[in-house]
Amino acid sequence: MADQAGVSSVRERARAFGVPKPRPVRAKIVIEWEQCKGCGFCVEFCPTGALKLSTEFNKKGYHPPVPDPEQCQDCGFCELVCPEFSIYSVDVTESESHGRSNGQDLVNESYR
Amino acid sequence: MKATANVKKAAHLAEPLLRMDRLPHIWCPGCGIGATVNCFASALAKCGIPREKIAVVSGIGCTGRVAGYVKLDSFHTTHGRPIPFATGLALGNPELKVVVYSGDGDIVAIGGNHFMHAARRNVSMTVICVNNFIYGMTGGQVAPTTPEEARATTAPYGCYEPPFNLPFLAKSCGAVYVARWTAMHIRHTTNSMVEAINKKGFSFIEIIAPCPTVYSRLNRLGDGLDMLKFYRENSEIRNGAATEDLDITFKGKIICGKFVDREAPTYLDRMNGQLQKVLKDRYVPWGVPSKTGLDRCVS
Amino acid sequence: MKATADPKGVLTGEHFLDGDWSCAEGALAAGCRFVAGYPITPSTETVERFGARIPTVGGLFIQMEDEIASSIAIQGAVWSGLKAMTVTSGPGFSLMMEHIGLAVMTETPCVFVDVQRGGPSTGLPTLPGQADMMQARWGSHGDYEIIAVCPNSPQESFDLTVHAFNLSEQYRVPVLVMLDECVGHMYEKVVIPKADEIEIFPRRWTAQPPGKYLPFQPEYDGWIPGMVKAGDGYFLHVTGLTHDEKGYPQMNAECQETCVRRLVDKIRKNADRIVRYEETSIAGADIAVIAYGITSRVAYAAMEMARSYGVKVGMLRPTVIWPFPETRIRKLAGKLKAFVVVEMNYGQMYYEVERLAAGKCETHLVGHGGGTVHDPEVILDTIMRAAGKR
Repeated sequence: MADQAGVSSVRERARAFGVPKPRPVRAKIVIEWEQCKGCGFCVEFCPTGALKLSTEFNKKGYHPPVPDPEQCQDCGFCELVCPEFSIYSVDVTESESHGRSNGQDLVNESYR
Repeated sequence: MKATANVKKAAHLAEPLLRMDRLPHIWCPGCGIGATVNCFASALAKCGIPREKIAVVSGIGCTGRVAGYVKLDSFHTTHGRPIPFATGLALGNPELKVVVYSGDGDIVAIGGNHFMHAARRNVSMTVICVNNFIYGMTGGQVAPTTPEEARATTAPYGCYEPPFNLPFLAKSCGAVYVARWTAMHIRHTTNSMVEAINKKGFSFIEIIAPCPTVYSRLNRLGDGLDMLKFYRENSEIRNGAATEDLDITFKGKIICGKFVDREAPTYLDRMNGQLQKVLKDRYVPWGVPSKTGLDRCVS
Repeated sequence: MKATADPKGVLTGEHFLDGDWSCAEGALAAGCRFVAGYPITPSTETVERFGARIPTVGGLFIQMEDEIASSIAIQGAVWSGLKAMTVTSGPGFSLMMEHIGLAVMTETPCVFVDVQRGGPSTGLPTLPGQADMMQARWGSHGDYEIIAVCPNSPQESFDLTVHAFNLSEQYRVPVLVMLDECVGHMYEKVVIPKADEIEIFPRRWTAQPPGKYLPFQPEYDGWIPGMVKAGDGYFLHVTGLTHDEKGYPQMNAECQETCVRRLVDKIRKNADRIVRYEETSIAGADIAVIAYGITSRVAYAAMEMARSYGVKVGMLRPTVIWPFPETRIRKLAGKLKAFVVVEMNYGQMYYEVERLAAGKCETHLVGHGGGTVHDPEVILDTIMRAAGKR
């Protein structure tokens, strides 16, 4: 969790300008496992390091990425840089705020 | 606390644009073309033009295959000739936004003459030229953009021809919008595409992209990811730079940016203007919005 | 479904025009509103006239940077919803071959005019020839069938250009108008009827809505797909690659068979309906002269001379020359003693006639390299020899 003092001072200043309070982003990463060609663009360009190539491989022999949704900030870069249209993140912040499933379920739901 | 569920989308942003029944596409792992298509999908979502009014025309080559994957009115024409086809399409129906999406060899080698004249005439179209410095589809032959000393199958001992500097060429021929980005500059590319599509006249965007299967392999430059990292380390954004300073050397710096963004009368503006002036009431204008709609008779 | 011409483009009245100009008028009458061309003798007058007329009719003329650009710009215009034409002569015709093939493969209705001149190569730019006839049929690579018409007068240049547009819409195929420098540059009386007297075959738009429409699925006559234009929400894909009914490329032999076979058969199997020719004194003839274009007018004179010597000779003049009138020639071969093929080349349509005669009658060629029309005496000589009178 971010430094409470820092966060609250940002919030103080934001309130003065009418900007909505920042809140932690929760996102689900969806990966088309069979469509990935293992190029590694998403892994390299994810700003928070939320992806790494898996040790398993798909039917074509490529290693698709393994997501770490805790790190995902839903910036959308992986979605834009993927040449196979095979990865994107989904902001699940509100819907996940009432009782989240555990991290493992999120990983399992991520692949199509 | 907002009550609405916040799952903002359930699909990849490019999905509405793509012919999903034709995926996975034929491009190699690490090829940059798919990334440019994402930029295009993003740009179409932002540009405010209805999808029915966008037409994509491509030529032959790896980038030329883009036409086959986008769910728009798309035309996969002959090698080097998407631009004259696009001229006929754009002039025939000025309500269409015509995007030519093709590769460096297609647009400036065999298509060079057409590129020159469409830019000179300022026909309204957006030309997206994915430059991978080689002829990828046919196995890696030299292109007019191949940097000196780089190898290709038809330059087995290194290329000794000076390459074209595409932004310089486009500006010299009269393009009203000229930009260069790499496949890594996805947000800049998207924004450029939005600007170019909404701009009247001939716009040109060069996107430098990796070809891991031939260009990088023949020149031992690594794979697609290595090329993107190279672009990250060696590209510099200099908006407004003089286009004659934008030459690319083998393994050298790549200057990116938006270099030209000016206003100029389009082909139809000039045609209608001149003919109206000379023929006065006898002239039947073409593609000019009137009270009853766009003046354009269709048999 | 019949329709008539849009009066905006019809220059009704009696005129004194050359073949090039009346071709331009024919295009305008047929509803052509886009011409892309490149200057080449002896065809240039056609685009010059169209370019001068179209601003007061409503449409576009653009002089493109070369014939290659012209031959594909017209296809872009067709897919934007217009009728379009390009005009050239021999060297430009050679440059346009790839795009004739593209128009065949994508079933783009459009018209290509070739005002033939002496060839090969730069040849005789200002003098007639008829040596592009086989090129018209076979010039592009790959298997395909095409339609070509052959006027022999400025009047016919008008009429057959209208007919060419009609055929191209009916069969969704590029149609070639094979003029020659003589017909192109000769001035004669041309009568252009009133617009409601000119029959137009309208574009065969699809009746299917987006979503159900398949761009290359036959919708008319069992052969012809319905046409659409860009901008109507059909999101169609058109490619020169071998494709299925959705227009998607399929790289396999089965798709080649389905796709290309239909392109060939839609003309071949309808050939008897497309073919058009004019017969003079064929009934009871022993010898038939076959000639087309300007040559047919000289051959007609030779035929008349032979008839005055008592030779039973008639003439068959194709006006639609591709597909060639195979059925008729085969039938005549069984009844005649000889065909005399007169053409301004060293033998092109002659080989078609010889093939179709299949040895059932003699075939003679009166050919020369072009540059001038035939001397009727030379044609007469061969007719007399064929009749056994010399």
